[in-house]
Amino acid sequence: MARYTPPEQSKAGQVFDIAVVVVAIFVALWLPLKLGLAGAAKSIDALDAKTWEALGQNPTMASIWEKLGYTPETAHDIIQNRFHYIIDWPTLIIMAAVLIGYFIFLFRASDREYRDVINEKFDDK
Amino acid sequence: MTIAAEPAVQVQGDRVSLLRVLGPAHVWALGVGIVLVGEFTGWNFAADKGGALAALIVCWIVGLLYTSVAMIDSEVTSTVAAAGGQYAQAKHIVGPLMAFNVALFLVFAYTMLEVSDAILLGDTIVAKAGVEGLNHNSFIAATIVVLAWLNYRGVLMTLNVNFVITAIAYVSIVILFLSVSPWTQGAVLKLNELVTPGNALPYGWIGVIAAFQFGIWYYLGIEGTTQAAEEVRSPARSLPYGTMAGMITLLIAAAMTWYVCASLMPWEYLGITYYPLWDAGKLTGSALLENLLFIATLLAALASANGCINDAARAWFSLGRDRYLPTWFSAVHPKYRTPYRSILFLLPIALAFAFIADLNQAITFSILSGVLQYTFMSINIIMFRKKWPLGSIRRGYTHPFHPLPAIVLFCLCVVTFFAIFLGFGSQLIAMVAFYFLISLWFHFYRYKFVRRGAQFTMPWPKPQGY
Repeated sequence: MARYTPPEQSKAGQVFDIAVVVVAIFVALWLPLKLGLAGAAKSIDALDAKTWEALGQNPTMASIWEKLGYTPETAHDIIQNRFHYIIDWPTLIIMAAVLIGYFIFLFRASDREYRDVINEKFDDK
Repeated sequence: MTIAAEPAVQVQGDRVSLLRVLGPAHVWALGVGIVLVGEFTGWNFAADKGGALAALIVCWIVGLLYTSVAMIDSEVTSTVAAAGGQYAQAKHIVGPLMAFNVALFLVFAYTMLEVSDAILLGDTIVAKAGVEGLNHNSFIAATIVVLAWLNYRGVLMTLNVNFVITAIAYVSIVILFLSVSPWTQGAVLKLNELVTPGNALPYGWIGVIAAFQFGIWYYLGIEGTTQAAEEVRSPARSLPYGTMAGMITLLIAAAMTWYVCASLMPWEYLGITYYPLWDAGKLTGSALLENLLFIATLLAALASANGCINDAARAWFSLGRDRYLPTWFSAVHPKYRTPYRSILFLLPIALAFAFIADLNQAITFSILSGVLQYTFMSINIIMFRKKWPLGSIRRGYTHPFHPLPAIVLFCLCVVTFFAIFLGFGSQLIAMVAFYFLISLWFHFYRYKFVRRGAQFTMPWPKPQGY
């Protein structure tokens, strides 16, 4: 197999590629934050009666909350802020499809590139 | 099996290489130093997702996942001993596109872990100061910049510092554990009254699965030991020893941490605090323990951020050296022999995200990249054994029970993806979409700048099936 000679990349091209990578990193990590897609999906189950008993705290737990500087009123939003694990099947299916599709593409495209690497490396010998 | 592998990278001509100066203790310090901060913050968000008992269950099960990671990694790394760790493994075993992705997993996992460390450090100092209006940004900036400078100056000094501060942070956990009379319930520890049959698993078993996400944080980063492969004097010996010793150290620390924290605070508080061990120190009523754990929290965050800068920069450096990214990144400092341009490039990215992300968001970014990488590792070891069966090449270490660890690791990764979906699904889809798009960019554009055969640097025979 003929040895592949890659083109030399100009300085401007290198700068452009660095910019692409930086933009991609910020879009991937910053955009979910900006769009509110990152972070925990929790909500507060509000209670009318804000007492340690109503919040499900026994005397030992209540004494620790107080030691930490909390009252039933200030602890309410922490204790009642809960996850609600309802499986959203369409979203789960989309997530699974994206993940599986991603890995299939990765392994198949990598294998095509890998065959070139192996052919060039070992056909030289 | 302990046949020594040949050094993977030889110095060619006037090419400047990284220095081989590290031993097993440095490998241990690099792995544990990165990870130990997980005991000081982050693991406890597992209690938020599933309750205190769920945090313990995932501590053990995820410990199994990481034991598999350490076993698999020790075998492959002791054979493919080159800077970039899993990146170099992917390049030799799976292919260039996978290697490119693995390097990005590493860079994101470590940079976001560094961001989490800096946020923790800033918030801890602000909380301790108790001054109205004091902002954490200046502490975050100082942490990231000073540690980047330390990494710029040299790997040996960096990891010597890490060894000392990691050891102090670890000893503080042991001191806290022994100080609260762990063998006696009721005096200081009140596990029976805080973790009751009614609240142990507040969300049931679905909460246990959901807790896997932050259970990863107990150990995330231990695989970073492999990043130093090119700077270790004897990779075949030091990497397996350092990694396995690190894993044992962390399993013990995780168990002690859970036991003390779950016995001192209600799970609802444990699940949201940024500094569970410091809070545990406070709740013992001992000023000495409180101050010790405050200092240890800062040291653990420093050690972790320090190791993360080291690892992320080496992965980025490797991408430049192989022309997967512009070669400008592949420069080694002529005096300090460090990948200084990669260190400097990643510095503003870490700073930017430290200012805009919350702690649990930064942690989730890091965990996501980590789990993608572990999924790769489970498949990678199967391919490695298939392409080069035992006896066909010299391995520094051969892990037992193959393919069981790979299957366990893969299954636990699938469970963890589902756990991330429970509560953080949008973040997961957004990140995978990014990796997909950047992969298309690499495969259809950037790869044309990459030399083909020159990427394969190991002195191995042709892989079977090719």
